[in-house]
Amino acid sequence: MTAAVAFFYLFSMIMLASAFMVIAARNPVHSVLFLILAFVNAAGLFMLAGAEFLGMILIVVYVGAVAVLFLFVVMMLDVDFAEMKRGFLQVLPIGAIIGGIVAIELILVVGSWTVAPAGSAPVGSPITPGVTNTVALGRVLYTQYIYLFQAAGLVLLTAMVGAIVLTLRHKVVKRQVIAEQNARTQASVVEIKKVPFRAGV
Amino acid sequence: MPGFLEQYLALVIFAALSAVIAIALLVAPFLLAYKSPDTEKLSAYECGFEAFDDARMKFDIRFYLVSLLFIIFDLEVAFLFPWAVAFHDVGWLGFWSMMVFLGVLTIGFVYEWKKGALEWD
Repeated sequence: MTAAVAFFYLFSMIMLASAFMVIAARNPVHSVLFLILAFVNAAGLFMLAGAEFLGMILIVVYVGAVAVLFLFVVMMLDVDFAEMKRGFLQVLPIGAIIGGIVAIELILVVGSWTVAPAGSAPVGSPITPGVTNTVALGRVLYTQYIYLFQAAGLVLLTAMVGAIVLTLRHKVVKRQVIAEQNARTQASVVEIKKVPFRAGV
Repeated sequence: MPGFLEQYLALVIFAALSAVIAIALLVAPFLLAYKSPDTEKLSAYECGFEAFDDARMKFDIRFYLVSLLFIIFDLEVAFLFPWAVAFHDVGWLGFWSMMVFLGVLTIGFVYEWKKGALEWD
Protein backbone atom coordinates (compact mmCIF):
# COMPACT_ATOMS: atom_id res chain seq x y z
CA MET A 1 0.00 0.00 0.00
CA THR A 2 1.57 3.25 -1.08
CA ALA A 3 1.40 6.48 0.86
CA ALA A 4 -1.14 7.95 -1.58
CA VAL A 5 -3.55 5.07 -0.98
CA ALA A 6 -3.08 5.37 2.78
CA PHE A 7 -3.84 9.08 2.62
CA PHE A 8 -6.85 8.43 0.40
CA TYR A 9 -8.33 6.11 3.01
CA LEU A 10 -7.45 8.51 5.83
CA PHE A 11 -9.07 11.50 4.12
CA SER A 12 -12.16 9.63 2.99
CA MET A 13 -12.71 8.03 6.38
CA ILE A 14 -12.47 11.35 8.19
CA MET A 15 -14.66 12.98 5.56
CA LEU A 16 -17.41 10.36 5.83
CA ALA A 17 -17.31 10.43 9.61
CA SER A 18 -17.51 14.21 9.75
CA ALA A 19 -20.25 14.26 7.10
CA PHE A 20 -22.24 11.92 9.32
CA MET A 21 -21.57 14.15 12.31
CA VAL A 22 -22.88 17.16 10.36
CA ILE A 23 -26.35 15.65 10.44
CA ALA A 24 -25.94 13.92 13.80
CA ALA A 25 -24.56 16.75 15.94
CA ARG A 26 -27.04 18.31 18.33
CA ASN A 27 -25.57 21.77 18.22
CA PRO A 28 -25.83 23.32 14.73
CA VAL A 29 -22.61 25.26 15.29
CA HIS A 30 -20.83 21.93 15.81
CA SER A 31 -22.43 20.76 12.56
CA VAL A 32 -20.82 23.66 10.73
CA LEU A 33 -17.45 22.88 12.30
CA PHE A 34 -17.75 19.26 11.16
CA LEU A 35 -18.68 20.57 7.72
CA ILE A 36 -15.42 22.52 7.68
CA LEU A 37 -13.54 19.33 8.56
CA ALA A 38 -15.32 17.56 5.68
CA PHE A 39 -14.31 20.40 3.31
CA VAL A 40 -10.67 20.17 4.36
CA ASN A 41 -10.61 16.42 3.79
CA ALA A 42 -12.33 16.83 0.44
CA ALA A 43 -9.55 19.25 -0.50
CA GLY A 44 -7.05 16.53 0.42
CA LEU A 45 -8.89 14.07 -1.81
CA PHE A 46 -8.84 16.55 -4.70
CA MET A 47 -5.09 16.91 -4.30
CA LEU A 48 -4.64 13.15 -4.34
CA ALA A 49 -6.68 13.01 -7.53
CA GLY A 50 -4.33 15.55 -9.10
CA ALA A 51 -6.70 18.53 -9.00
CA GLU A 52 -4.41 20.73 -6.95
CA PHE A 53 -6.02 24.02 -7.91
CA LEU A 54 -9.48 22.74 -7.06
CA GLY A 55 -8.24 21.56 -3.66
CA MET A 56 -6.69 24.93 -2.87
CA ILE A 57 -9.83 26.77 -4.01
CA LEU A 58 -11.91 24.48 -1.82
CA ILE A 59 -9.82 25.61 1.15
CA VAL A 60 -9.84 29.29 0.21
CA VAL A 61 -13.47 29.65 -0.84
CA TYR A 62 -15.37 26.97 1.04
CA VAL A 63 -13.44 26.82 4.29
CA GLY A 64 -12.57 30.51 4.27
CA ALA A 65 -15.83 32.04 3.14
CA VAL A 66 -18.76 29.68 2.67
CA ALA A 67 -18.31 28.07 6.09
CA VAL A 68 -18.41 31.53 7.66
CA LEU A 69 -21.61 32.21 5.74
CA PHE A 70 -23.10 28.96 7.05
CA LEU A 71 -22.11 29.93 10.58
CA PHE A 72 -23.87 33.27 10.15
CA VAL A 73 -26.98 31.55 8.80
CA VAL A 74 -27.02 29.16 11.73
CA MET A 75 -26.63 32.04 14.15
CA MET A 76 -29.24 34.12 12.35
CA LEU A 77 -31.91 31.44 12.55
CA ASP A 78 -33.61 32.03 15.86
CA VAL A 79 -34.60 28.41 16.28
CA ASP A 80 -35.12 26.55 19.52
CA PHE A 81 -33.60 23.22 18.62
CA ALA A 82 -34.92 21.39 21.67
CA GLU A 83 -38.41 22.49 20.61
CA MET A 84 -37.77 21.29 17.07
CA LYS A 85 -36.57 17.87 18.19
CA ARG A 86 -39.77 17.34 20.20
CA GLY A 87 -41.98 16.87 17.14
CA PHE A 88 -39.46 14.45 15.67
CA LEU A 89 -41.48 11.28 16.31
CA GLN A 90 -44.68 12.61 14.72
CA VAL A 91 -43.01 13.36 11.39
CA LEU A 92 -40.85 10.24 11.47
CA PRO A 93 -43.27 8.01 9.43
CA ILE A 94 -43.63 10.61 6.66
CA GLY A 95 -39.90 11.12 6.60
CA ALA A 96 -39.33 7.37 6.44
CA ILE A 97 -41.76 7.02 3.49
CA ILE A 98 -40.11 9.86 1.55
CA GLY A 99 -36.66 8.51 2.36
CA GLY A 100 -37.72 5.06 1.18
CA ILE A 101 -39.03 6.45 -2.12
CA VAL A 102 -35.78 8.35 -2.70
CA ALA A 103 -33.76 5.23 -1.82
CA ILE A 104 -35.74 3.10 -4.32
CA GLU A 105 -35.24 5.72 -7.02
CA LEU A 106 -31.52 5.85 -6.30
CA ILE A 107 -31.26 2.07 -6.48
CA LEU A 108 -33.13 2.06 -9.80
CA VAL A 109 -30.89 4.77 -11.21
CA VAL A 110 -27.63 3.26 -10.02
CA GLY A 111 -28.70 -0.25 -10.98
CA SER A 112 -29.43 0.65 -14.58
CA TRP A 113 -26.45 2.97 -14.96
CA THR A 114 -23.69 1.90 -17.29
CA VAL A 115 -20.52 3.74 -18.20
CA ALA A 116 -20.31 4.59 -21.87
CA PRO A 117 -17.19 3.05 -23.44
CA ALA A 118 -15.99 6.39 -24.80
CA GLY A 119 -16.95 8.24 -21.64
CA SER A 120 -13.75 7.54 -19.80
CA ALA A 121 -11.65 9.25 -22.48
CA PRO A 122 -10.62 12.75 -21.37
CA VAL A 123 -12.99 15.36 -22.71
CA GLY A 124 -11.92 18.78 -23.90
CA SER A 125 -8.37 19.85 -23.28
CA PRO A 126 -5.89 17.03 -22.80
CA ILE A 127 -3.44 17.34 -19.95
CA THR A 128 0.11 17.89 -21.08
CA PRO A 129 2.72 16.33 -18.80
CA GLY A 130 5.05 18.63 -16.94
CA VAL A 131 2.48 21.40 -16.66
CA THR A 132 0.97 22.17 -13.30
CA ASN A 133 -2.73 22.11 -12.77
CA THR A 134 -3.15 25.83 -12.33
CA VAL A 135 -1.18 26.71 -15.48
CA ALA A 136 -3.17 24.21 -17.54
CA LEU A 137 -6.38 25.77 -16.28
CA GLY A 138 -5.15 29.30 -16.85
CA ARG A 139 -4.17 28.56 -20.45
CA VAL A 140 -7.70 27.65 -21.49
CA LEU A 141 -9.97 29.48 -19.06
CA TYR A 142 -9.34 33.04 -20.29
CA THR A 143 -9.03 32.39 -24.02
CA GLN A 144 -10.77 29.21 -25.11
CA TYR A 145 -13.60 29.51 -22.58
CA ILE A 146 -13.77 33.31 -22.60
CA TYR A 147 -17.58 33.47 -22.89
CA LEU A 148 -18.09 31.18 -19.92
CA PHE A 149 -15.53 33.20 -17.98
CA GLN A 150 -17.33 36.47 -18.72
CA ALA A 151 -20.63 34.80 -17.84
CA ALA A 152 -19.09 33.87 -14.47
CA GLY A 153 -18.24 37.54 -13.97
CA LEU A 154 -21.83 38.54 -14.74
CA VAL A 155 -23.14 35.89 -12.34
CA LEU A 156 -20.92 37.32 -9.62
CA LEU A 157 -22.18 40.83 -10.41
CA THR A 158 -25.76 39.61 -10.17
CA ALA A 159 -25.03 37.92 -6.86
CA MET A 160 -23.49 41.13 -5.52
CA VAL A 161 -26.39 43.33 -6.59
CA GLY A 162 -28.89 40.74 -5.37
CA ALA A 163 -27.27 40.51 -1.95
CA ILE A 164 -27.33 44.28 -1.56
CA VAL A 165 -30.91 44.66 -2.78
CA LEU A 166 -32.19 41.88 -0.54
CA THR A 167 -30.38 42.64 2.69
CA LEU A 168 -29.59 46.35 2.75
CA ARG A 169 -32.21 47.97 4.92
CA HIS A 170 -30.95 51.33 6.06
CA LYS A 171 -32.07 54.22 3.89
CA VAL A 172 -29.95 57.05 5.25
CA VAL A 173 -26.29 56.21 5.16
CA LYS A 174 -24.09 57.86 7.77
CA ARG A 175 -20.72 58.26 6.18
CA GLN A 176 -17.53 59.15 7.94
CA VAL A 177 -15.86 62.13 6.27
CA ILE A 178 -12.31 62.18 7.54
CA ALA A 179 -11.47 65.59 6.06
CA GLU A 180 -14.43 67.19 7.79
CA GLN A 181 -13.46 65.56 11.07
CA ASN A 182 -9.89 66.76 10.82
CA ALA A 183 -10.98 70.28 9.84
CA ARG A 184 -12.84 70.76 13.12
CA THR A 185 -11.18 73.26 15.40
CA GLN A 186 -11.87 74.16 18.97
CA ALA A 187 -13.30 77.49 17.89
CA SER A 188 -15.91 75.90 15.63
CA VAL A 189 -17.28 73.36 18.08
CA VAL A 190 -16.73 74.67 21.64
CA GLU A 191 -18.79 77.58 22.86
CA ILE A 192 -18.16 79.22 26.22
CA LYS A 193 -21.19 80.75 27.88
CA LYS A 194 -21.22 83.13 30.77
CA VAL A 195 -23.70 81.83 33.32
CA PRO A 196 -24.99 84.41 35.81
CA PHE A 197 -24.50 83.51 39.44
CA ARG A 198 -27.52 81.70 41.03
CA ALA A 199 -29.56 82.07 37.82
CA GLY A 200 -28.82 78.90 35.93
CA VAL A 201 -28.58 78.55 32.23
CA MET B 1 2.11 7.74 -6.72
CA PRO B 2 2.17 10.85 -8.88
CA GLY B 3 5.36 12.83 -8.58
CA PHE B 4 3.81 16.12 -7.56
CA LEU B 5 2.46 14.63 -4.35
CA GLU B 6 5.97 14.34 -2.97
CA GLN B 7 6.07 18.13 -2.78
CA TYR B 8 3.35 17.96 -0.17
CA LEU B 9 5.55 16.09 2.30
CA ALA B 10 6.33 19.32 4.15
CA LEU B 11 2.61 20.02 4.46
CA VAL B 12 2.00 16.53 5.85
CA ILE B 13 4.77 16.99 8.42
CA PHE B 14 3.37 20.39 9.34
CA ALA B 15 -0.16 19.03 9.77
CA ALA B 16 1.04 16.02 11.75
CA LEU B 17 3.14 18.20 14.04
CA SER B 18 0.30 20.64 14.69
CA ALA B 19 -2.05 17.72 15.35
CA VAL B 20 0.42 16.29 17.87
CA ILE B 21 0.76 19.64 19.64
CA ALA B 22 -3.01 20.21 19.68
CA ILE B 23 -3.76 16.72 21.02
CA ALA B 24 -1.01 17.03 23.61
CA LEU B 25 -2.45 20.33 24.83
CA LEU B 26 -5.92 18.76 25.00
CA VAL B 27 -4.84 15.61 26.79
CA ALA B 28 -2.30 17.06 29.20
CA PRO B 29 -4.86 18.93 31.37
CA PHE B 30 -6.90 15.73 31.68
CA LEU B 31 -3.91 13.91 33.10
CA LEU B 32 -2.16 16.63 35.07
CA ALA B 33 -4.57 19.31 36.19
CA TYR B 34 -6.33 19.36 39.54
CA LYS B 35 -10.03 18.68 39.05
CA SER B 36 -13.02 19.58 41.18
CA PRO B 37 -16.05 19.59 38.89
CA ASP B 38 -19.14 21.57 39.80
CA THR B 39 -22.30 22.25 37.80
CA GLU B 40 -22.12 25.93 38.75
CA LYS B 41 -18.81 26.22 36.96
CA LEU B 42 -20.52 25.34 33.68
CA SER B 43 -23.64 27.45 34.19
CA ALA B 44 -24.21 30.65 32.24
CA TYR B 45 -22.75 33.62 34.03
CA GLU B 46 -23.75 37.16 33.30
CA CYS B 47 -22.02 39.67 35.59
CA GLY B 48 -23.22 38.12 38.80
CA PHE B 49 -26.88 37.46 37.98
CA GLU B 50 -28.65 34.66 36.22
CA ALA B 51 -28.81 35.03 32.42
CA PHE B 52 -32.03 36.77 31.35
CA ASP B 53 -32.54 34.82 28.14
CA ASP B 54 -30.96 32.38 25.77
CA ALA B 55 -27.64 33.26 24.20
CA ARG B 56 -29.11 32.30 20.82
CA MET B 57 -30.72 35.42 19.44
CA LYS B 58 -31.48 37.04 16.12
CA PHE B 59 -28.28 37.95 14.41
CA ASP B 60 -28.01 41.18 12.48
CA ILE B 61 -28.41 40.54 8.75
CA ARG B 62 -25.66 43.03 7.98
CA PHE B 63 -23.05 40.48 9.07
CA TYR B 64 -24.51 38.22 6.41
CA LEU B 65 -24.20 40.93 3.78
CA VAL B 66 -20.55 41.52 4.64
CA SER B 67 -19.84 37.80 4.43
CA LEU B 68 -21.69 37.47 1.11
CA LEU B 69 -19.74 40.36 -0.42
CA PHE B 70 -16.54 38.80 0.90
CA ILE B 71 -17.32 35.51 -0.87
CA ILE B 72 -17.83 37.29 -4.18
CA PHE B 73 -14.47 39.05 -4.01
CA ASP B 74 -12.88 35.84 -2.77
CA LEU B 75 -14.06 34.14 -5.95
CA GLU B 76 -12.75 37.04 -8.01
CA VAL B 77 -9.32 36.50 -6.46
CA ALA B 78 -9.63 32.76 -7.09
CA PHE B 79 -10.01 33.55 -10.79
CA LEU B 80 -6.88 35.70 -10.68
CA PHE B 81 -4.57 32.87 -9.60
CA PRO B 82 -4.54 30.77 -12.82
CA TRP B 83 -4.45 33.97 -14.85
CA ALA B 84 -1.35 35.18 -13.04
CA VAL B 85 0.38 31.81 -13.36
CA ALA B 86 -0.40 31.41 -17.06
CA PHE B 87 0.05 35.11 -17.84
CA HIS B 88 2.78 34.56 -20.46
CA ASP B 89 0.69 31.99 -22.34
CA VAL B 90 -2.70 33.68 -22.59
CA GLY B 91 -1.63 36.70 -24.62
CA TRP B 92 -3.60 39.89 -25.15
CA LEU B 93 -6.93 38.09 -25.44
CA GLY B 94 -6.46 36.57 -22.00
CA PHE B 95 -5.30 39.91 -20.61
CA TRP B 96 -8.31 41.83 -21.90
CA SER B 97 -10.70 39.07 -20.98
CA MET B 98 -9.52 39.38 -17.38
CA MET B 99 -9.72 43.18 -17.57
CA VAL B 100 -13.34 42.97 -18.72
CA PHE B 101 -14.07 40.50 -15.92
CA LEU B 102 -12.51 42.83 -13.37
CA GLY B 103 -14.38 45.77 -14.91
CA VAL B 104 -17.72 44.02 -14.52
CA LEU B 105 -16.95 43.32 -10.89
CA THR B 106 -15.74 46.88 -10.40
CA ILE B 107 -19.16 48.07 -11.57
CA GLY B 108 -20.62 45.94 -8.79
CA PHE B 109 -18.09 47.34 -6.35
CA VAL B 110 -18.95 50.94 -7.25
CA TYR B 111 -22.66 50.12 -6.86
CA GLU B 112 -21.96 48.60 -3.47
CA TRP B 113 -19.90 51.60 -2.38
CA LYS B 114 -22.44 54.16 -3.55
CA LYS B 115 -25.30 52.22 -2.03
CA GLY B 116 -23.56 52.30 1.34
CA ALA B 117 -23.31 48.54 1.77
CA LEU B 118 -19.82 48.95 3.18
CA GLU B 119 -20.98 51.44 5.83
CA TRP B 120 -22.26 50.08 9.09
CA ASP B 121 -24.94 52.69 9.79
